[in-house]
Order: sequence, then structure tokens, then C-alpha cells
Amino acid sequence: MSGTYRRLLPYLLVLPGGLWLVVFFLLPAVQLVATSLYDPAGSLADGYAMTWAFGNYPDAIRAYWAHFGRSFGYAGLATALALLLGYPLAYVIALRAGRWQHLLLVCVVAPMFTSFLVRTLAWKAILADTGPVVGLLREVHLLAPDGRLLASPVAVVTSLTYGYLPFMVLPIYASLQRLDRRLLEAARDLNARPAQVFWTVTLPLSRPGVVAGTLLTVIPASGDYISAELLGTPRDYMIGNVIDAAFLVRLDYPQGAALSVLLLLVILVLTIGYLRRGAEEVG
Amino acid sequence: MESAQPGARLRLIELTKRFGGVTAVDQLDLTVAAGTYFALLGPSGCGKTTTLRMVAGLEEPTRGRILLDEEEITELRPYRRPVNTVFQSYALFPHLDVFENVAFGLRRRGVPDVTEQVRAMLSLVQLDGYDRRRPAQLSGGQQQRVALARALVNRPRVLLLDEPLGALDLTLRRRMQLELKRIQTEVGITFVHVTHDQEEAMTLADTVAVMNNGRIEQLGTPAELYEFPATAFVATFLGRSNLLSGTVVGRDGDDVLVEAYGQRFSVPVIRARRTAGAVLLGIRPEKLRLVGTVDEVPAGHQAVAGIVTDAAYLGTSTQYLIRTGWGGEFSVFVAADGEARPVPVGATVVAHWHPRYAFLLDGGTPGGTPAVPVDPAGAVPANGVGPR
Ligand SMILES: Nc1ncnc2c1ncn2[C@@H]1O[C@H](COP(=O)(O)OP(=O)(O)O)[C@@H](O)[C@H]1O
Ligand SMILES: [Mg+2]
Repeated sequence: MSGTYRRLLPYLLVLPGGLWLVVFFLLPAVQLVATSLYDPAGSLADGYAMTWAFGNYPDAIRAYWAHFGRSFGYAGLATALALLLGYPLAYVIALRAGRWQHLLLVCVVAPMFTSFLVRTLAWKAILADTGPVVGLLREVHLLAPDGRLLASPVAVVTSLTYGYLPFMVLPIYASLQRLDRRLLEAARDLNARPAQVFWTVTLPLSRPGVVAGTLLTVIPASGDYISAELLGTPRDYMIGNVIDAAFLVRLDYPQGAALSVLLLLVILVLTIGYLRRGAEEVG
Repeated sequence: MESAQPGARLRLIELTKRFGGVTAVDQLDLTVAAGTYFALLGPSGCGKTTTLRMVAGLEEPTRGRILLDEEEITELRPYRRPVNTVFQSYALFPHLDVFENVAFGLRRRGVPDVTEQVRAMLSLVQLDGYDRRRPAQLSGGQQQRVALARALVNRPRVLLLDEPLGALDLTLRRRMQLELKRIQTEVGITFVHVTHDQEEAMTLADTVAVMNNGRIEQLGTPAELYEFPATAFVATFLGRSNLLSGTVVGRDGDDVLVEAYGQRFSVPVIRARRTAGAVLLGIRPEKLRLVGTVDEVPAGHQAVAGIVTDAAYLGTSTQYLIRTGWGGEFSVFVAADGEARPVPVGATVVAHWHPRYAFLLDGGTPGGTPAVPVDPAGAVPANGVGPR
């Protein structure tokens, strides 16, 4: 019957995606939370017992709060840098590039055609002690003769910034691209100097892009572990490295899970807070 | 307002704008008197918007100069020009409420207390109490008023309006026309109003310039333009005209004699733009009278005979289409004054007019083409509607 079909259609359309979410997101999430509450005395070989060990959480925080702090510090710094680099880039591509627009856009996305791992290894070569960057910085005395970039927070933040820059540029580009140019002309006509046009019209109207770009950068960056692993020392390790080690090296599944859940919660809280503040200022 | 006169005189001197190969505005010379309501009338694509944008500073002229009173502003950045624009799309800032939209220009200039001025302006455009609305929450007419207030609050010396009523429905458009006129009289600022609607231009403006292909075809009061158009384009764009292509064959005192389609016509020399060679003889449809036979034509009148092919009753008038003996078409508007009896389609009639209502236009060089495509039989189909 077409009436029945019509009524069922929305559910049918939602079904594949819904199933996908249940199988690949909801079930693992439940499993993750469950794992975080297993008895930490268990092991992968002997099996874990569910003892509702809420103590795993304070234990994990006590042991790794510094890594959490570093994660969000690095990720926040990288996001700020990506915004400073990405906004002008997106602005030029969207409003000033003319027929070069699409080519430039491809250039922004092109690095993502290779894996993050490979790109990070490339940074290792670029920032190496014998590499050109260090050589130049030593030459101009911005770096001590034995100073290095590799194995430092600078290298990690640089890699994070670089790695997630496209996620910052693309949403900002999209919102600037959609911007009604006639509004910019109206602002110029209404006595706004070029800088005033930017601060009072362009920037506020590209705000959704900035919000999206910031979230898309800060979220994956705070969970990143490749940058610190390849370009930093254990002193620069982020929470991602700790989780990585908990699951794959120390085989401490309950602690790895507890840290993962904590990371998830912190990001969730920050995101909601950020979005609500953004909505207040716009609305 | 520092000066006695809030509005400035606007002068355009040989103003030209080319986009690649397209000449949008072609050596425009124009003076708009201070404090007047000026209309720039022309069909779509004739260069009206480009002209306004050059005055606003949003488009750089290829050549020419722009003067406000004695001051040259050709090279000034837009924010330095005492000129503001009401855009056709309104271009209201969606992220700002009505109050902030109106306050925008004042704030950018660092005016310390804007509240009073903004409130007064909202009151002038009858939007009291709408301060905190967003543009998206307003009707088209209200958005139009905000756009007007937002420009006017800056007290520009010249206000530019680019088809400001184009997006409104007819009733609202008529009402806003009256209001624009009232506001212009009240503030005394020079208004330059661009439109393709001849009725709007004639209703509003003290002076109308008819523009075509990037040039001014004629400039004058609405009555001057209507009564004695300078070109075939003006004659047909502003109201309707019957145009007969003919040749000047001589003079008879103060009259020019014209031969067209084997008939002789005369036009007073003061109503002739050209007194030799190929001409177009024009006569407005409402200046024609219909009678049944040649005998009924009053002495001194000129006449064309034909057959009624169409009659449209419009309440205030009836519009007839007459097919002439040589196959041309004549429009005749007969006012519904209670005396005229209806003429049936198919009837043989004679359309006559007094020569003082006719006008003579340049018909192009002999063998050349006139300014507008003329129906080979003589009458030009008009794009406008005549006054009722
Ligand atoms: N930015 C532009 N680039 C190229 N051609 C343009 C541009 N702006 C206007 N034109 C052309 O100039 C002519 C006049 O346009 P415009 O001033 O917008 O006319 P109007 O406002 O009278 O309709 C048109 O032929 C139009 O295609
Ligand atoms: Mg236009």
C-alpha cells in the first residue's frame, strides 16, 4: 500500500545509517565504558571481571593529568595557529583568488591525499638537526648552535597545526564563499574603511565557518598521538600516546578505556560550552 | 547640517565605464541640481546601476569626472564620499538588528551617541518600535524602509537609489513612491533614483534623464519629455507613440511639410527636431480622435484612415488598434468621458489630430535605420503604458 509505504519510508531511509551507528559507534562506546569499569587486577590473558571499578577514573586522572593538560595545551595552541594561518588563506581563496580559486583549494586539500603518518615523517626530515630549517635558524642565531627543533614541543605543535590546517581552512572558506558580496559593498558605502568592513561584516558573517573549523581542528588534535610519537620525546607525550600505550604496550585495558572515556567527556563538555557561547553571541 | 543646503549638486563629466569590450556607460554628461529629485530612467542593461556605482565609488570609471558641488570626488574611496546608496537588494546586514543596521554608518564614523538620530530616522520611515527586529523578520516593504533609513541617517549630500521599489508589489510601490517624495521634500537631500518604470520616474522626479545604451537620450521635466520627446527611443519608452517614417518635402510658414506613405502631413517647426531629410512623425495615441468618415474631420486637422482591428476597454479609456491603408498600425486611446461611443472591431474609421500635438524626430540618414526598429508600415509598438 502506498500509504503504508509513505509512512514507513522515513524509517527505511534512516535504517542503514542507524544500524551503522549502533554497530560501529554505540556498541563500541558501551563496551568502552564497560571496559573502563573492569577490575584493573585482571589481564588480557586471564580475562577481566566487571567489578564496577569506578576507582579507575581517579587513578587515571592522578597518573596522567599532566598529559591531559599538555594535550589540550598543544591542541589549543595548534588550533589558534591554524586559525591565524587558515583564516587569511581561506579569505584570499574565497574573495581574492578569482580564477585561481579552485586550484588553490586543491592545494589545500592535496596533502590529505597522503597519510598523516607519511606527512609527519616528512616533517621529521624537514625539522631534522641537519635539515635546512634548523640550519637557517642557527645561522641567524634564533637557535643556539646546539639547539634543535625535533624532539620538542615546537615540533609537535607545528605538526599538529599543519596536519589539521585543511579542517580549519575548508569550513571558513565555505562560509566566506557564501558571503553576499553586496553586503561588503553596502558596508563600504556606509562609511566603513576596509578594516572596519572586515571586523564588522566579513568576520561576524563567517563565524559559523570559524566555529566549525575550530572544532574540527581542536577535537582530532587533542586526541592525536602520531605527532608527539614521531616528533617529540616522552616529555611531550599527549594523552593519545598514553592511551595508545595503555592498550598496546602495557595492555592495561581498563585504564586505557577510562582515559578514552575521560577524553571523550572533556571534549564533549568543551564543545557544548563553545557552541552555546557562540550561539549566544550570534543570537 | 553645516551648509544651508543639505543636498549637493552632482555633476558627471564625460563619465565612461568599459567592462572589457562592453561600454556600459558612454561619455555621460549630466548635472543634477542640488536638492532635487532626479530620476535616471532606462531599460535593463542600459548602464544605470554602473553609473550609480561610479558615483558611490564602488566602481572605478574608465574615464571622466564626478563632482559634488565644486569638489571632485572621482578618486575618493567610497567611505570618504558624502554619498550613500539604497541598494536594489537592500543589502541589510543579517547579523545586525534594525537599530544596528541604521546605526552602522554613524558608528563607523565614530559618532558618539547615535540613539537619538537612529530613533528619529526610524520614525521618519515609520518604523518606530522595530529597533530590535532582525532584517529576516521584516516584510519587503519594511526592509526597504530600513535600507532607506540606513542610508539617510548619514545625511549624505546625495542619496542614490537603485531601483529601490523594484521588489515591491504594485500597491506598496505606489505608497512608497509617495513616501519617498515626502521624505525627499522633508530632508532636502539630492535624490538620484534609478528605475526602468517610466510611471515611477514621472511620479517622483523633478527632472528625468532617459538613458539608453550607456548614454542620456534626453533630460527634462516629465512633461517636457512626454510632450516633446527628443528621440524615437524616448517617444516610445516614455509612454507610447505612433511613429510614421517620412521625408521632409518643404516648409509652409511655421510648419514643416512631411510626406509619408503617399500622404502629406504638417508639423509646427517648433515641434520639429529635424527639418530636412528622413524624419519620424510622432503622435501620442491619446491625442488622436476617431470619426467615421473623412468629412467629419475638423478643419486644420490631419487624418489617417483605417480599420479597427482591436478594441480594449480599460475603464478610464478604450484602446483601439487601427490598421492603416498602407498596412501600418495606429494606437488610439479614447478617453471614457461619456461622449465617445464604442467603435466595433472591423469598422472603418478615420483617426485625426491637430498638428500642434505632432512632433518630428530624426529619422536617420536617408536609407539608414532610425534609432529604434520601426515597423516597416510606420507605427512603433511601445513598451510603456500611456497615462490614463
Ligand atoms: N561587473 C561587470 N562586468 C562586466 N559587465 C558588466 C558588469 N557590470 C555591468 N556590466 C554590463 O554593463 C551593462 C550595464 O549594466 P548595468 O549598469 O547593470 O545596467 P542597468 O542597471 O541599467 O540594468 C550591461 O551590459 C552589463 O552586462
Ligand atoms: Mg541595475
